[in-house]
Amino acid sequence: MSAEIRLHSNAIGTKTPLKQATGEPAWVKWSLVGTMLVFLSLFLVLPLAVVLYGAFEQGLQVWWQAIVDPDALAAIRLTLLVLVIVVPVNAIFGVAIAWAIAKFEFRGKTLLISIIDMPFAISPVVVGLIFVIFFGSHGWLGPWLAEHDLKVIFAVPGIIIVILFGTLPFVARELIPLMQQQGKEEEEASLTLGANGWQTFWRVTLPNIKWGLIYGVVLCNARAMGEFGAVAIVSGRIRGETNTMPLHIEVLYNEYMFTAAFAVSSLLTGLALVTIVLKSWVEYKDERRHKTA
Amino acid sequence: MSQSVNRSVIPGFGITLGFSLLYLSLLFLLPVAGLFIFTAQMSWQDFWQAVSHPQVVASYKLSFMASFIGASINAVFGTLTAWVLVRYSFPGKKIVDALVDLPFALPTAVAGIALVTLYASTGWVGQYLDLFGIRVAYSEIGVVIALTYIGLPFVVRTVQPVLADFEKELEEASAALGASRLTTVRRVILPSILPALLTGYALAFARAVGEYGSVIFISGNMPFKTEITPLLIVAKAEQYDYNGAAAIGVVMLLAAFLLLVLINSLQWWASKRGGA
Repeated sequence: MSAEIRLHSNAIGTKTPLKQATGEPAWVKWSLVGTMLVFLSLFLVLPLAVVLYGAFEQGLQVWWQAIVDPDALAAIRLTLLVLVIVVPVNAIFGVAIAWAIAKFEFRGKTLLISIIDMPFAISPVVVGLIFVIFFGSHGWLGPWLAEHDLKVIFAVPGIIIVILFGTLPFVARELIPLMQQQGKEEEEASLTLGANGWQTFWRVTLPNIKWGLIYGVVLCNARAMGEFGAVAIVSGRIRGETNTMPLHIEVLYNEYMFTAAFAVSSLLTGLALVTIVLKSWVEYKDERRHKTA
Repeated sequence: MSQSVNRSVIPGFGITLGFSLLYLSLLFLLPVAGLFIFTAQMSWQDFWQAVSHPQVVASYKLSFMASFIGASINAVFGTLTAWVLVRYSFPGKKIVDALVDLPFALPTAVAGIALVTLYASTGWVGQYLDLFGIRVAYSEIGVVIALTYIGLPFVVRTVQPVLADFEKELEEASAALGASRLTTVRRVILPSILPALLTGYALAFARAVGEYGSVIFISGNMPFKTEITPLLIVAKAEQYDYNGAAAIGVVMLLAAFLLLVLINSLQWWASKRGGA
Protein backbone atom coordinates (compact mmCIF):
# COMPACT_ATOMS: atom_id res chain seq x y z
CA MET A 1 0.00 0.00 0.00
CA SER A 2 2.68 2.45 1.01
CA ALA A 3 4.83 1.47 -1.95
CA GLU A 4 1.94 2.16 -4.24
CA ILE A 5 1.53 5.61 -2.85
CA ARG A 6 5.20 6.38 -3.10
CA LEU A 7 5.26 5.19 -6.67
CA HIS A 8 2.28 7.36 -7.44
CA SER A 9 3.65 10.45 -5.78
CA ASN A 10 6.95 9.89 -7.50
CA ALA A 11 5.28 9.86 -10.89
CA ILE A 12 3.54 13.11 -10.15
CA GLY A 13 6.35 14.71 -8.27
CA THR A 14 9.00 14.36 -10.95
CA LYS A 15 8.69 16.78 -13.78
CA THR A 16 10.16 14.40 -16.35
CA PRO A 17 7.60 12.22 -18.07
CA LEU A 18 8.32 8.55 -18.72
CA LYS A 19 9.53 9.16 -22.24
CA GLN A 20 12.35 11.35 -20.98
CA ALA A 21 13.12 8.97 -18.17
CA THR A 22 13.92 6.21 -20.66
CA GLY A 23 15.95 8.45 -22.96
CA GLU A 24 18.98 10.65 -22.59
CA PRO A 25 19.22 14.43 -22.63
CA ALA A 26 20.18 15.87 -26.01
CA TRP A 27 23.70 16.75 -24.92
CA VAL A 28 24.36 13.16 -23.89
CA LYS A 29 22.95 11.84 -27.14
CA TRP A 30 25.00 14.14 -29.32
CA SER A 31 28.22 13.60 -27.41
CA LEU A 32 27.77 9.83 -27.78
CA VAL A 33 27.08 10.23 -31.51
CA GLY A 34 30.09 12.55 -31.79
CA THR A 35 32.42 10.16 -29.95
CA MET A 36 31.33 7.31 -32.19
CA LEU A 37 31.87 9.37 -35.34
CA VAL A 38 35.36 10.42 -34.24
CA PHE A 39 36.27 6.80 -33.41
CA LEU A 40 34.91 5.43 -36.69
CA SER A 41 36.48 8.23 -38.76
CA LEU A 42 39.84 7.49 -37.23
CA PHE A 43 39.62 3.74 -37.76
CA LEU A 44 37.41 3.31 -40.83
CA VAL A 45 37.19 6.45 -42.93
CA LEU A 46 40.80 7.65 -42.77
CA PRO A 47 42.35 4.31 -43.87
CA LEU A 48 39.90 4.23 -46.76
CA ALA A 49 40.73 7.81 -47.69
CA VAL A 50 44.49 7.28 -47.50
CA VAL A 51 44.31 4.32 -49.91
CA LEU A 52 42.30 6.27 -52.49
CA TYR A 53 44.44 9.40 -52.05
CA GLY A 54 47.64 7.37 -52.41
CA ALA A 55 46.32 5.64 -55.53
CA PHE A 56 45.20 8.73 -57.41
CA GLU A 57 47.59 11.35 -56.00
CA GLN A 58 49.75 11.33 -59.13
CA GLY A 59 46.90 11.21 -61.56
CA LEU A 60 44.89 8.63 -63.42
CA GLN A 61 47.66 7.76 -65.85
CA VAL A 62 50.10 6.67 -63.13
CA TRP A 63 47.30 4.68 -61.53
CA TRP A 64 46.55 2.97 -64.84
CA GLN A 65 50.24 2.21 -65.44
CA ALA A 66 50.41 0.41 -62.09
CA ILE A 67 47.36 -1.69 -62.95
CA VAL A 68 48.50 -2.74 -66.44
CA ASP A 69 52.00 -3.60 -65.26
CA PRO A 70 52.58 -7.26 -66.31
CA ASP A 71 53.20 -8.44 -62.73
CA ALA A 72 50.08 -6.64 -61.51
CA LEU A 73 48.00 -8.17 -64.30
CA ALA A 74 49.35 -11.62 -63.46
CA ALA A 75 48.39 -11.07 -59.81
CA ILE A 76 44.89 -9.93 -60.83
CA ARG A 77 44.48 -12.98 -63.08
CA LEU A 78 45.62 -15.33 -60.31
CA THR A 79 43.26 -13.75 -57.77
CA LEU A 80 40.37 -14.11 -60.24
CA LEU A 81 41.29 -17.75 -60.90
CA VAL A 82 41.30 -18.41 -57.15
CA LEU A 83 37.86 -16.80 -56.76
CA VAL A 84 36.37 -18.76 -59.68
CA ILE A 85 37.39 -22.04 -58.02
CA VAL A 86 37.11 -21.31 -54.30
CA VAL A 87 33.74 -19.56 -54.16
CA PRO A 88 31.68 -22.21 -56.04
CA VAL A 89 33.35 -25.12 -54.20
CA ASN A 90 32.68 -23.64 -50.77
CA ALA A 91 29.17 -22.63 -51.83
CA ILE A 92 28.41 -26.24 -52.84
CA PHE A 93 29.90 -27.47 -49.58
CA GLY A 94 27.82 -24.95 -47.64
CA VAL A 95 24.57 -26.00 -49.31
CA ALA A 96 25.36 -29.72 -48.92
CA ILE A 97 26.22 -29.56 -45.23
CA ALA A 98 23.30 -27.25 -44.47
CA TRP A 99 20.96 -29.68 -46.24
CA ALA A 100 22.26 -32.64 -44.23
CA ILE A 101 22.10 -30.75 -40.92
CA ALA A 102 18.76 -29.00 -41.40
CA LYS A 103 16.71 -31.78 -43.01
CA PHE A 104 17.91 -34.83 -41.10
CA GLU A 105 18.57 -35.99 -37.56
CA PHE A 106 21.83 -37.79 -36.86
CA ARG A 107 24.29 -38.24 -34.04
CA GLY A 108 27.24 -35.88 -33.72
CA LYS A 109 25.39 -32.98 -35.36
CA THR A 110 26.39 -30.45 -32.68
CA LEU A 111 30.01 -31.51 -32.94
CA LEU A 112 29.89 -31.15 -36.73
CA ILE A 113 28.50 -27.61 -36.42
CA SER A 114 31.28 -26.59 -34.05
CA ILE A 115 33.96 -28.12 -36.32
CA ILE A 116 32.77 -25.92 -39.20
CA ASP A 117 33.57 -22.79 -37.18
CA MET A 118 37.13 -23.84 -36.44
CA PRO A 119 38.89 -22.47 -39.53
CA PHE A 120 37.82 -18.99 -38.33
CA ALA A 121 39.67 -19.43 -35.07
CA ILE A 122 42.93 -20.59 -36.62
CA SER A 123 45.49 -17.95 -37.50
CA PRO A 124 45.94 -17.65 -41.29
CA VAL A 125 49.66 -18.08 -40.76
CA VAL A 126 49.08 -21.43 -39.02
CA VAL A 127 46.80 -22.49 -41.89
CA GLY A 128 49.64 -21.87 -44.34
CA LEU A 129 52.08 -23.75 -42.12
CA ILE A 130 49.74 -26.73 -41.82
CA PHE A 131 49.72 -27.18 -45.58
CA VAL A 132 53.42 -26.53 -46.10
CA ILE A 133 54.05 -29.39 -43.70
CA PHE A 134 51.27 -31.57 -45.12
CA PHE A 135 52.49 -31.33 -48.71
CA GLY A 136 56.14 -30.66 -47.89
CA SER A 137 59.00 -33.11 -48.26
CA HIS A 138 58.65 -34.23 -44.60
CA GLY A 139 54.89 -34.58 -44.85
CA TRP A 140 52.70 -37.51 -45.82
CA LEU A 141 52.08 -36.46 -49.38
CA GLY A 142 55.39 -34.75 -50.11
CA PRO A 143 57.42 -37.75 -51.36
CA TRP A 144 54.55 -39.00 -53.53
CA LEU A 145 54.04 -35.55 -55.07
CA ALA A 146 57.76 -35.21 -55.80
CA GLU A 147 57.81 -38.64 -57.46
CA HIS A 148 55.00 -37.62 -59.80
CA ASP A 149 56.49 -34.20 -60.43
CA LEU A 150 53.46 -32.41 -58.97
CA LYS A 151 53.98 -29.04 -57.35
CA VAL A 152 51.49 -27.90 -54.71
CA ILE A 153 53.52 -25.73 -52.36
CA PHE A 154 55.08 -22.60 -53.90
CA ALA A 155 52.59 -23.12 -56.74
CA VAL A 156 49.00 -22.24 -57.61
CA PRO A 157 47.33 -25.42 -56.19
CA GLY A 158 48.71 -24.66 -52.71
CA ILE A 159 47.33 -21.13 -52.86
CA ILE A 160 43.89 -22.42 -53.84
CA ILE A 161 43.90 -25.04 -51.06
CA VAL A 162 44.79 -22.62 -48.24
CA ILE A 163 42.14 -20.16 -49.43
CA LEU A 164 39.57 -22.99 -49.61
CA PHE A 165 40.44 -23.73 -45.97
CA GLY A 166 40.28 -20.10 -44.86
CA THR A 167 36.89 -19.44 -46.44
CA LEU A 168 35.33 -22.84 -45.72
CA PRO A 169 32.76 -21.72 -43.09
CA PHE A 170 31.24 -18.63 -44.73
CA VAL A 171 28.39 -20.09 -46.81
CA ALA A 172 27.77 -23.00 -44.41
CA ARG A 173 27.33 -20.83 -41.34
CA GLU A 174 24.89 -18.52 -43.13
CA LEU A 175 22.78 -21.40 -44.46
CA ILE A 176 22.71 -23.80 -41.49
CA PRO A 177 20.67 -21.61 -39.10
CA LEU A 178 18.51 -20.35 -41.97
CA MET A 179 17.59 -23.82 -43.23
CA GLN A 180 17.13 -25.17 -39.70
CA GLN A 181 14.67 -22.39 -39.03
CA GLN A 182 12.79 -23.04 -42.28
CA GLY A 183 12.32 -26.72 -41.43
CA LYS A 184 11.40 -29.34 -44.02
CA GLU A 185 7.62 -29.10 -44.45
CA GLU A 186 7.79 -27.32 -47.81
CA GLU A 187 10.20 -29.90 -49.24
CA GLU A 188 8.07 -32.73 -47.92
CA ALA A 189 4.97 -31.22 -49.52
CA SER A 190 6.76 -30.84 -52.85
CA LEU A 191 8.03 -34.44 -52.76
CA THR A 192 4.66 -35.85 -51.76
CA LEU A 193 3.10 -34.00 -54.69
CA GLY A 194 5.39 -35.90 -57.02
CA ALA A 195 8.41 -33.66 -57.63
CA ASN A 196 11.78 -35.38 -57.53
CA GLY A 197 14.69 -34.37 -55.31
CA TRP A 198 16.38 -32.01 -57.77
CA GLN A 199 13.14 -30.30 -58.75
CA THR A 200 12.37 -29.78 -55.08
CA PHE A 201 15.81 -28.33 -54.46
CA TRP A 202 15.76 -25.93 -57.42
CA ARG A 203 12.13 -24.81 -57.11
CA VAL A 204 11.45 -24.92 -53.37
CA THR A 205 14.66 -24.85 -51.35
CA LEU A 206 16.83 -22.57 -53.47
CA PRO A 207 14.32 -19.68 -53.68
CA ASN A 208 13.93 -19.92 -49.89
CA ILE A 209 17.65 -19.74 -49.14
CA LYS A 210 18.56 -17.37 -51.98
CA TRP A 211 19.45 -14.35 -49.84
CA GLY A 212 21.37 -16.33 -47.27
CA LEU A 213 23.33 -17.97 -50.05
CA ILE A 214 24.14 -14.64 -51.72
CA TYR A 215 25.19 -13.23 -48.35
CA GLY A 216 27.52 -16.17 -47.69
CA VAL A 217 28.99 -16.01 -51.19
CA VAL A 218 29.66 -12.26 -50.87
CA LEU A 219 31.51 -12.77 -47.56
CA CYS A 220 33.40 -15.79 -48.92
CA ASN A 221 34.43 -13.78 -51.96
CA ALA A 222 35.66 -10.85 -49.87
CA ARG A 223 37.78 -13.07 -47.68
CA ALA A 224 39.12 -15.13 -50.58
CA MET A 225 40.39 -12.11 -52.51
CA GLY A 226 42.08 -10.67 -49.43
CA GLU A 227 43.57 -13.80 -47.86
CA PHE A 228 47.13 -12.92 -47.01
CA GLY A 229 48.88 -14.69 -44.13
CA ALA A 230 48.21 -18.23 -45.33
CA VAL A 231 49.06 -17.42 -48.93
CA ALA A 232 52.25 -15.65 -47.85
CA ILE A 233 53.60 -18.95 -46.51
CA VAL A 234 52.59 -21.31 -49.32
CA SER A 235 53.09 -19.07 -52.35
CA GLY A 236 56.85 -18.62 -52.36
CA ARG A 237 56.20 -15.15 -53.81
CA ILE A 238 57.28 -15.86 -57.37
CA ARG A 239 56.59 -12.64 -59.26
CA GLY A 240 54.15 -12.98 -62.10
CA GLU A 241 53.44 -16.58 -61.10
CA THR A 242 52.40 -17.13 -57.48
CA ASN A 243 51.69 -13.59 -56.29
CA THR A 244 48.04 -12.89 -55.57
CA MET A 245 46.93 -9.24 -55.40
CA PRO A 246 47.59 -8.85 -51.65
CA LEU A 247 51.06 -10.36 -52.03
CA HIS A 248 51.78 -8.12 -55.01
CA ILE A 249 50.80 -5.14 -52.85
CA GLU A 250 53.25 -6.27 -50.18
CA VAL A 251 56.07 -6.64 -52.73
CA LEU A 252 55.40 -3.17 -54.16
CA TYR A 253 55.25 -1.61 -50.70
CA ASN A 254 58.49 -3.22 -49.61
CA GLU A 255 60.15 -1.91 -52.78
CA TYR A 256 58.96 1.61 -51.85
CA MET A 257 56.66 1.77 -54.88
CA PHE A 258 53.93 3.27 -52.73
CA THR A 259 51.79 4.73 -55.51
CA ALA A 260 51.69 1.40 -57.34
CA ALA A 261 50.91 -0.43 -54.07
CA PHE A 262 48.00 1.91 -53.41
CA ALA A 263 46.81 1.66 -57.01
CA VAL A 264 46.48 -2.14 -56.77
CA SER A 265 45.01 -1.67 -53.28
CA SER A 266 42.38 0.67 -54.70
CA LEU A 267 41.00 -2.20 -56.81
CA LEU A 268 40.60 -4.42 -53.74
CA THR A 269 39.20 -1.46 -51.79
CA GLY A 270 36.62 -0.94 -54.52
CA LEU A 271 35.61 -4.59 -54.27
CA ALA A 272 35.45 -4.30 -50.47
CA LEU A 273 33.08 -1.34 -50.80
CA VAL A 274 30.95 -3.28 -53.28
CA THR A 275 30.91 -6.12 -50.72
CA ILE A 276 29.55 -4.00 -47.89
CA VAL A 277 26.99 -2.36 -50.17
CA LEU A 278 25.80 -5.80 -51.36
CA LYS A 279 25.71 -7.01 -47.78
CA SER A 280 23.53 -4.09 -46.66
CA TRP A 281 21.30 -4.60 -49.67
CA VAL A 282 20.85 -8.32 -48.95
CA GLU A 283 20.07 -7.54 -45.31
CA TYR A 284 17.55 -4.93 -46.38
CA LYS A 285 15.87 -7.37 -48.80
CA ASP A 286 15.79 -10.04 -46.14
CA GLU A 287 14.26 -7.68 -43.58
CA ARG A 288 11.52 -6.67 -46.01
CA ARG A 289 10.79 -10.30 -46.80
CA HIS A 290 10.39 -11.01 -43.09
CA LYS A 291 8.07 -8.06 -42.67
CA THR A 292 5.80 -8.98 -45.57
CA ALA A 293 5.78 -12.68 -44.62
CA MET B 1 21.05 -44.01 -39.72
CA SER B 2 18.29 -43.51 -37.19
CA GLN B 3 14.66 -44.39 -37.79
CA SER B 4 13.51 -40.88 -38.54
CA VAL B 5 15.92 -40.77 -41.48
CA ASN B 6 14.46 -43.92 -42.96
CA ARG B 7 10.97 -42.51 -42.61
CA SER B 8 11.87 -39.16 -44.15
CA VAL B 9 10.75 -38.62 -47.73
CA ILE B 10 13.53 -36.10 -48.31
CA PRO B 11 16.38 -37.55 -50.36
CA GLY B 12 20.06 -36.71 -50.36
CA PHE B 13 21.09 -37.51 -46.80
CA GLY B 14 23.88 -39.91 -47.78
CA ILE B 15 25.33 -37.77 -50.55
CA THR B 16 25.24 -34.41 -48.75
CA LEU B 17 26.57 -35.68 -45.43
CA GLY B 18 29.07 -37.95 -47.16
CA PHE B 19 30.43 -35.15 -49.31
CA SER B 20 30.56 -32.73 -46.36
CA LEU B 21 32.42 -35.19 -44.14
CA LEU B 22 34.86 -36.13 -46.90
CA TYR B 23 35.53 -32.47 -47.71
CA LEU B 24 36.01 -31.54 -44.04
CA SER B 25 38.28 -34.53 -43.44
CA LEU B 26 40.51 -33.94 -46.47
CA LEU B 27 40.71 -30.17 -46.21
CA PHE B 28 40.61 -29.71 -42.46
CA LEU B 29 40.96 -32.68 -40.11
CA LEU B 30 43.72 -34.56 -41.92
CA PRO B 31 46.05 -31.56 -42.48
CA VAL B 32 45.53 -30.29 -38.90
CA ALA B 33 46.26 -33.78 -37.57
CA GLY B 34 49.35 -33.73 -39.79
CA LEU B 35 50.69 -30.70 -37.93
CA PHE B 36 50.21 -32.40 -34.56
CA ILE B 37 51.84 -35.63 -35.75
CA PHE B 38 54.74 -33.71 -37.28
CA THR B 39 55.27 -31.90 -33.98
CA ALA B 40 54.93 -35.11 -31.98
CA GLN B 41 57.98 -36.45 -33.80
CA MET B 42 60.10 -33.75 -32.19
CA SER B 43 61.72 -34.56 -28.87
CA TRP B 44 60.14 -32.86 -25.88
CA GLN B 45 63.35 -30.93 -25.29
CA ASP B 46 63.46 -29.55 -28.83
CA PHE B 47 59.79 -28.67 -28.63
CA TRP B 48 60.16 -26.90 -25.30
CA GLN B 49 63.22 -25.03 -26.51
CA ALA B 50 61.36 -23.85 -29.61
CA VAL B 51 58.28 -22.61 -27.76
CA SER B 52 60.07 -21.09 -24.74
CA HIS B 53 62.90 -19.26 -26.51
CA PRO B 54 63.05 -15.71 -25.05
CA GLN B 55 62.32 -14.16 -28.45
CA VAL B 56 59.22 -16.35 -28.80
CA VAL B 57 58.06 -15.60 -25.25
CA ALA B 58 58.45 -11.87 -25.95
CA SER B 59 56.22 -12.33 -29.03
CA TYR B 60 53.52 -14.13 -26.98
CA LYS B 61 53.53 -11.28 -24.50
CA LEU B 62 53.17 -8.67 -27.24
CA SER B 63 50.52 -10.64 -29.18
CA PHE B 64 48.37 -11.32 -26.12
CA MET B 65 48.78 -7.89 -24.49
CA ALA B 66 48.11 -5.97 -27.72
CA SER B 67 45.12 -8.21 -28.52
CA PHE B 68 43.81 -7.68 -24.99
CA ILE B 69 44.12 -3.90 -25.23
CA GLY B 70 42.66 -3.84 -28.75
CA ALA B 71 39.68 -5.98 -27.74
CA SER B 72 39.14 -3.80 -24.65
CA ILE B 73 39.09 -0.63 -26.75
CA ASN B 74 36.57 -2.35 -29.00
CA ALA B 75 34.45 -3.42 -26.04
CA VAL B 76 34.03 0.22 -24.99
CA PHE B 77 33.68 1.88 -28.38
CA GLY B 78 31.88 -1.08 -29.95
CA THR B 79 29.18 -1.00 -27.29
CA LEU B 80 28.92 2.75 -27.70
CA THR B 81 28.62 2.37 -31.48
CA ALA B 82 25.97 -0.36 -31.16
CA TRP B 83 24.03 1.83 -28.69
CA VAL B 84 24.12 4.88 -30.97
CA LEU B 85 23.13 2.83 -34.05
CA VAL B 86 20.18 1.18 -32.28
CA ARG B 87 18.85 4.03 -30.14
CA TYR B 88 19.45 7.29 -32.00
CA SER B 89 18.75 8.56 -35.44
CA PHE B 90 21.04 10.98 -37.19
CA PRO B 91 21.83 11.83 -40.82
CA GLY B 92 24.00 9.22 -42.57
CA LYS B 93 23.23 6.49 -40.06
CA LYS B 94 22.74 3.80 -42.72
CA ILE B 95 26.16 4.55 -44.23
CA VAL B 96 27.84 4.44 -40.82
CA ASP B 97 26.12 1.14 -40.07
CA ALA B 98 27.33 -0.41 -43.34
CA LEU B 99 30.85 0.97 -42.88
CA VAL B 100 31.30 -0.93 -39.60
CA ASP B 101 31.84 -4.11 -41.63
CA LEU B 102 34.74 -2.60 -43.57
CA PRO B 103 37.48 -4.39 -41.56
CA PHE B 104 35.83 -7.70 -42.56
CA ALA B 105 35.72 -6.77 -46.23
CA LEU B 106 38.98 -4.88 -46.75
CA PRO B 107 41.96 -7.19 -47.34
CA THR B 108 44.32 -7.11 -44.37
CA ALA B 109 47.36 -6.20 -46.46
CA VAL B 110 45.53 -3.11 -47.74
CA ALA B 111 44.55 -2.18 -44.19
CA GLY B 112 48.17 -2.70 -43.16
CA ILE B 113 49.70 -0.30 -45.65
CA ALA B 114 46.88 2.23 -45.09
CA LEU B 115 47.43 2.25 -41.31
CA VAL B 116 51.21 2.60 -41.51
CA THR B 117 50.86 5.45 -44.02
CA LEU B 118 48.40 7.24 -41.71
CA TYR B 119 50.42 6.82 -38.53
CA ALA B 120 53.99 7.24 -39.86
CA SER B 121 55.62 10.42 -38.57
CA THR B 122 54.86 12.07 -41.93
CA GLY B 123 51.31 10.68 -42.15
CA TRP B 124 47.96 12.46 -41.80
CA VAL B 125 47.58 11.43 -38.17
CA GLY B 126 51.17 10.58 -37.26
CA GLN B 127 52.52 14.09 -37.86
CA TYR B 128 50.23 15.52 -35.16
CA LEU B 129 50.98 12.72 -32.71
CA ASP B 130 54.66 13.35 -33.39
CA LEU B 131 54.27 16.87 -31.97
CA PHE B 132 53.41 15.28 -28.62
CA GLY B 133 56.26 12.82 -28.94
CA ILE B 134 53.92 9.87 -29.52
CA ARG B 135 55.25 7.32 -31.99
CA VAL B 136 52.65 4.90 -33.30
CA ALA B 137 54.22 3.39 -36.41
CA TYR B 138 56.98 0.86 -35.68
CA SER B 139 56.06 0.68 -31.98
CA GLU B 140 53.80 -1.42 -29.75
CA ILE B 141 51.09 1.24 -30.09
CA GLY B 142 51.02 0.51 -33.82
CA VAL B 143 50.34 -3.17 -33.13
CA VAL B 144 47.46 -2.18 -30.82
CA ILE B 145 46.04 0.17 -33.49
CA ALA B 146 46.08 -2.56 -36.15
CA LEU B 147 44.52 -5.14 -33.82
CA THR B 148 41.84 -2.66 -32.76
CA TYR B 149 41.05 -2.04 -36.41
CA ILE B 150 40.55 -5.68 -37.38
CA GLY B 151 38.47 -6.49 -34.28
CA LEU B 152 36.19 -3.47 -34.59
CA PRO B 153 33.10 -5.12 -36.12
CA PHE B 154 32.83 -8.01 -33.64
CA VAL B 155 31.52 -6.24 -30.53
CA VAL B 156 29.26 -3.94 -32.57
CA ARG B 157 27.69 -6.86 -34.45
CA THR B 158 27.16 -9.05 -31.38
CA VAL B 159 25.73 -6.31 -29.12
CA GLN B 160 23.61 -4.56 -31.77
CA PRO B 161 20.90 -7.28 -32.18
CA VAL B 162 20.58 -7.77 -28.41
CA LEU B 163 20.06 -4.04 -27.88
CA ALA B 164 17.55 -3.93 -30.72
CA ASP B 165 15.52 -6.75 -29.13
CA PHE B 166 15.74 -5.26 -25.66
CA GLU B 167 12.32 -4.74 -24.13
CA LYS B 168 11.71 -1.07 -23.44
CA GLU B 169 9.20 -2.04 -20.72
CA LEU B 170 12.07 -3.07 -18.45
CA GLU B 171 13.60 0.39 -18.74
CA GLU B 172 10.24 2.02 -18.13
CA ALA B 173 9.69 -0.13 -15.08
CA SER B 174 13.10 0.78 -13.77
CA ALA B 175 12.46 4.48 -14.34
CA ALA B 176 8.98 4.29 -12.82
CA LEU B 177 10.46 2.70 -9.72
CA GLY B 178 12.59 5.78 -9.33
CA ALA B 179 15.93 4.71 -10.77
CA SER B 180 17.97 7.43 -12.41
CA ARG B 181 18.84 7.00 -16.08
CA LEU B 182 22.43 6.08 -15.23
CA THR B 183 21.28 3.45 -12.75
CA THR B 184 18.91 1.96 -15.34
CA VAL B 185 21.68 1.74 -17.91
CA ARG B 186 24.10 0.26 -15.40
CA ARG B 187 21.79 -2.11 -13.56
CA VAL B 188 19.18 -3.07 -16.17
CA ILE B 189 20.58 -2.66 -19.68
CA LEU B 190 24.24 -3.51 -19.14
CA PRO B 191 23.63 -6.91 -17.47
CA SER B 192 21.38 -8.01 -20.31
CA ILE B 193 23.91 -7.19 -23.02
CA LEU B 194 26.83 -8.59 -21.02
CA PRO B 195 26.86 -12.13 -22.56
CA ALA B 196 26.80 -10.67 -26.09
CA LEU B 197 29.44 -8.12 -25.16
CA LEU B 198 31.75 -10.81 -23.78
CA THR B 199 31.20 -12.98 -26.87
CA GLY B 200 32.16 -10.08 -29.12
CA TYR B 201 35.14 -9.33 -26.90
CA ALA B 202 36.36 -12.94 -27.11
CA LEU B 203 35.84 -13.05 -30.90
CA ALA B 204 37.80 -9.82 -31.36
CA PHE B 205 40.55 -11.12 -29.08
CA ALA B 206 40.77 -14.48 -30.89
CA ARG B 207 40.95 -12.80 -34.28
CA ALA B 208 43.63 -10.38 -33.06
CA VAL B 209 45.92 -13.06 -31.61
CA GLY B 210 46.25 -14.76 -35.01
CA GLU B 211 46.29 -11.62 -37.16
CA TYR B 212 49.20 -11.09 -39.53
CA GLY B 213 48.53 -8.94 -42.59
CA SER B 214 47.35 -5.70 -41.01
CA VAL B 215 50.05 -5.75 -38.31
CA ILE B 216 53.33 -6.48 -40.07
CA PHE B 217 53.52 -3.19 -41.94
CA ILE B 218 52.88 -0.89 -38.99
CA SER B 219 54.80 -2.90 -36.39
CA GLY B 220 58.26 -2.71 -37.95
CA ASN B 221 58.93 -6.25 -36.70
CA MET B 222 61.79 -5.59 -34.29
CA PRO B 223 62.74 -8.75 -32.36
CA PHE B 224 61.81 -8.63 -28.64
CA LYS B 225 59.94 -5.38 -29.21
CA THR B 226 57.35 -5.35 -31.97
CA GLU B 227 57.49 -8.89 -33.29
CA ILE B 228 54.12 -10.70 -33.09
CA THR B 229 53.90 -14.50 -32.83
CA PRO B 230 52.40 -15.10 -36.32
CA LEU B 231 55.32 -13.18 -37.82
CA LEU B 232 57.79 -15.48 -36.08
CA ILE B 233 56.04 -18.49 -37.64
CA VAL B 234 56.35 -16.94 -41.11
CA ALA B 235 60.00 -16.07 -40.48
CA LYS B 236 60.82 -19.60 -39.37
CA ALA B 237 58.92 -21.16 -42.29
CA GLU B 238 60.80 -18.91 -44.71
CA GLN B 239 64.09 -20.15 -43.26
CA TYR B 240 62.80 -23.72 -43.67
CA ASP B 241 62.89 -24.18 -39.86
CA TYR B 242 59.66 -26.19 -40.01
CA ASN B 243 60.24 -27.78 -36.59
CA GLY B 244 60.41 -24.41 -34.88
CA ALA B 245 57.47 -23.06 -36.86
CA ALA B 246 55.33 -26.15 -36.18
CA ALA B 247 56.02 -26.07 -32.44
CA ILE B 248 54.88 -22.44 -32.16
CA GLY B 249 52.01 -23.23 -34.53
CA VAL B 250 50.78 -25.96 -32.19
CA VAL B 251 50.85 -23.55 -29.25
CA MET B 252 48.77 -21.08 -31.27
CA LEU B 253 46.36 -23.80 -32.39
CA LEU B 254 45.79 -24.90 -28.80
CA ALA B 255 45.21 -21.28 -27.76
CA ALA B 256 42.72 -20.91 -30.62
CA PHE B 257 40.82 -24.06 -29.60
CA LEU B 258 40.66 -22.89 -25.98
CA LEU B 259 39.30 -19.53 -27.12
CA LEU B 260 36.75 -21.32 -29.31
CA VAL B 261 35.52 -23.35 -26.34
CA LEU B 262 35.25 -20.13 -24.34
CA ILE B 263 33.34 -18.40 -27.15
CA ASN B 264 30.94 -21.34 -27.51
CA SER B 265 30.21 -21.37 -23.79
CA LEU B 266 29.64 -17.60 -23.85
CA GLN B 267 27.23 -17.98 -26.77
CA TRP B 268 25.42 -20.77 -24.95
CA TRP B 269 25.13 -18.52 -21.90
CA ALA B 270 23.89 -15.66 -24.09
CA SER B 271 21.22 -17.78 -25.76
CA LYS B 272 20.09 -19.12 -22.39
CA ARG B 273 19.86 -15.56 -21.09
CA GLY B 274 18.02 -14.46 -24.22
CA GLY B 275 15.52 -17.29 -23.90
CA ALA B 276 14.78 -16.65 -20.23
